Amino acid sequence: MYAPLWRLLPGRWPVRAFLSLILAAGVVVLCFLWVFPTIAPLMPFNDNTIQSGSPAPGPATTVP
Amino acid sequence: MKALRWVVGTIGELLITLGVLLLLFVAWQLWWTDVTANSEQAVTIQALERGFTHDAYQPDPSATQGPAATPDPLATLKNVPFGEAFAIVRIPRFGADYARPVLQGTDHETLGKGVGHYVGTAMPGDVGNFATAGHRTTYGKPYADIDKLRPGDFIVIETKTNYIVYAVQRHVIVTPDHVDVIAPVPQHPGATPTEAWMTMTACHPKFSAQQRYVVFSKLMRIFTRAGGLPASFMAVPAGAVG
Repeated sequence: MYAPLWRLLPGRWPVRAFLSLILAAGVVVLCFLWVFPTIAPLMPFNDNTIQSGSPAPGPATTVP
Repeated sequence: MKALRWVVGTIGELLITLGVLLLLFVAWQLWWTDVTANSEQAVTIQALERGFTHDAYQPDPSATQGPAATPDPLATLKNVPFGEAFAIVRIPRFGADYARPVLQGTDHETLGKGVGHYVGTAMPGDVGNFATAGHRTTYGKPYADIDKLRPGDFIVIETKTNYIVYAVQRHVIVTPDHVDVIAPVPQHPGATPTEAWMTMTACHPKFSAQQRYVVFSKLMRIFTRAGGLPASFMAVPAGAVG
């Protein structure tokens, strides 16, 4: 999986190592700024309000 | 044989990648959300303070005729749009510098920007229950130390027109479906409110969403912005049990 990627990168090994680091950093940035904020609301531990489980009148039920 | 080695190797690399990504997510959730939310909330506080002092509340001069000349300053807080910051909460027990924005609404996005106000509950200082929610961990964790509040501690809500001081009364730990804690009379749903309460809800235990730590406070004093807030209310009261 990573071997073909390594072969795809141009240059000698220090250049390839440097390019790999840049690619990895790009993945981290993509995750931090876009992927993780998108999936975080779906995580059960990120729910910290009071709300009723079943539909019932009251202000709290308007909270998602 | 070669094909098998390739398949096993690829599965191994995938699993390692997945593990690294999960660790990254944990780091993002526990560390990075605090970094970004803290700076974002500090900017919101600055903007609120500027707005509060720049165009401080002035009674409308055209309304100075007749007995309705003294408009209720708290009435300016009606109809705050969802997601908008409208107040600053200061809690001496959490530190002299502690200040967090209060925003309208309690969805995931709003709670990342500060303390959320349950839509439909009373506004600060009003009779009823000014109910709020805040993160106990992550996203700037405004209510991280909610369990350190003691009866008698002051909660200061700063709005465009007033300083509203609540005093902590008691706390309960409930399951997340106990909507009665944000009822107009806390824990007495259906009762007609005659007093002004404030409710704070946060996750309990820390790093879990199993229960809610809920603190009830009662209105103590309301000061006008022009009159200022006496310094004694920005300190942990001597009578409060440490």
